[in-house]
Amino acid sequence: MSTAPAPARAAREVYRDTVAELLPGEPRLVVLDSDTGLFGGVDFGSAADRYLNLGIAEHTLMGTAAGLAREGRIPLVNTMAAFASSRAVEAVKIDIAMGNLPVLIAATHSGVSAGHLGPTHHALEDLAVMRALPHMTVVVPGDAAGTGELLRQALTLGGPVYFRLGRGATPDLPAGPPLRLGKAQQLRHGTDVTLAACGPYPTLAALEAADLLECEGITANVLHLHTVKPLDTPALLSSLGVRDTVITVEEHWSSGGFGSAVAEALSAVRPVRVHRMALPDEFVPVAGSQRYLLERGGVSARAIAERARDSLVSRSGGTR
Amino acid sequence: MCAGPEGGHLGGSMSLVEILSVLYFRVMRHDPRFPGLPERDVLLLSKGHGGIALFATLCEAGYFPAEVLDEYARPGSHFMAHPHPEIPGVEIASGSLGHGLALGVGYALANRLDGSDRRSFVVMGDGELQEGSVWEAASVASAHRLNSLTAIVDRNGLQITGGTESVNSLEPLADRWRAFGWRVLEADGHDTEELTRALTLPADPQAPTVIIAHTVKGKGVPFVEGQARSHYARLNGRQHLRALNAVRASTGGERR
Repeated sequence: MSTAPAPARAAREVYRDTVAELLPGEPRLVVLDSDTGLFGGVDFGSAADRYLNLGIAEHTLMGTAAGLAREGRIPLVNTMAAFASSRAVEAVKIDIAMGNLPVLIAATHSGVSAGHLGPTHHALEDLAVMRALPHMTVVVPGDAAGTGELLRQALTLGGPVYFRLGRGATPDLPAGPPLRLGKAQQLRHGTDVTLAACGPYPTLAALEAADLLECEGITANVLHLHTVKPLDTPALLSSLGVRDTVITVEEHWSSGGFGSAVAEALSAVRPVRVHRMALPDEFVPVAGSQRYLLERGGVSARAIAERARDSLVSRSGGTR
Repeated sequence: MCAGPEGGHLGGSMSLVEILSVLYFRVMRHDPRFPGLPERDVLLLSKGHGGIALFATLCEAGYFPAEVLDEYARPGSHFMAHPHPEIPGVEIASGSLGHGLALGVGYALANRLDGSDRRSFVVMGDGELQEGSVWEAASVASAHRLNSLTAIVDRNGLQITGGTESVNSLEPLADRWRAFGWRVLEADGHDTEELTRALTLPADPQAPTVIIAHTVKGKGVPFVEGQARSHYARLNGRQHLRALNAVRASTGGERR
């Protein structure tokens, strides 16, 4: 992704700043932290009693949020994606999702954004886990720029939200249509293939793949789906037109995540070929930056373009 | 309910009866006509396998008529082996152990933020204390000095596969709670006067309170009393009658 723009800001920092801005004016909001350090130095002013650090205790973090939500509060809980979606998931399932409670789980360090922190801190199963839970809305902001807006919308839903954030700064996506929770953003129009992307680098890789393909006379639709659940199936279908191929791109293991969600949704309506660009079914055994680990796993502009090319060839009856 | 086609958690429910009775009929502020009343005290039955004792208590307190208990375990009924908030008066879904105390922390924090003197009671099984999440929540509760929170441990000493001390020992239980920063009280869990005294003691301003209630699993049902096999039972007609007669005899034959 040599032509990708430079990283701008970290989505989790925009999340933090937005929370600090919202907290004083909305007395129902309560921030529960689990020693993440994200809120270090933040002055909540008159709302300081509604920031509570429970320490390194993720199950209790979720249960406590559920208790507060049952008493009319809107808790925002903060932990890393790996801990929210694996360690604490039973509390998320039983205490939060079952009650359809308005708890926003802000999960940082998602995907391989923890980089050299290693597989204990990578979260490549979280979309599969969270979207499997009834009532759960699953949101993946594509960049820092859109994070505040999606957060504000998510807090009005009145139900549980998994809000998936990365660790470090990522480049901002090019401007697109207004961000609406549950609605896909069409970032590029094309006629030959649909690239459906989720997450910062996957979406950038899809856009760059569209550039590569355009050089060869292939035009691609690029859809940015920041909401994995509920999935904007109508937008996917209309982007397909008469075509029957979609390539999904995500920062997740290949099973159960965004690509699976797209395949499930589309297969119920049309016979569509869904090619999933995702990380292979293995723990990531090496250090590296988020971008490096994704490219190593095959989530890169070049690989996407190649897959798109292949799908067009195979569809037209050609052979490789 | 244990005499129905599916049976039920007899032992751990019978050990709870006095605890729940004292809470609902002497200690807690609640109104069965308005189960979600904001000013109510709350009971979270973390040991969800005591569900049928809770259902019977809520029924007795007037949350729903006795007839609906006949639906227990029938297809389509909200009355399952474990509590569910679809049932009037039930606050949380429980049954998977080790969840209730963290929820109690949340309720207690909400009380504090509201400036309310409402109380939160969490009833736990002793076997449940083998779950690590209990101690995680216990630690958070004392760190935040949640003095409106009271935990009650139904210390009947038995779990499915035998005695708690032989499976995964909990002793010295009172010292464990003290070490986690809690005020510890002990009571005979079948003595309503002792339980009332413990549950109405003024709060310790600095700490949450735990009451270790010493109980007998299956209390009042002679053929399973004190036995691990009472954990789940399906009573046949004869056993059902024997159990009812024993309970009636021990309560002077009173029946509403």
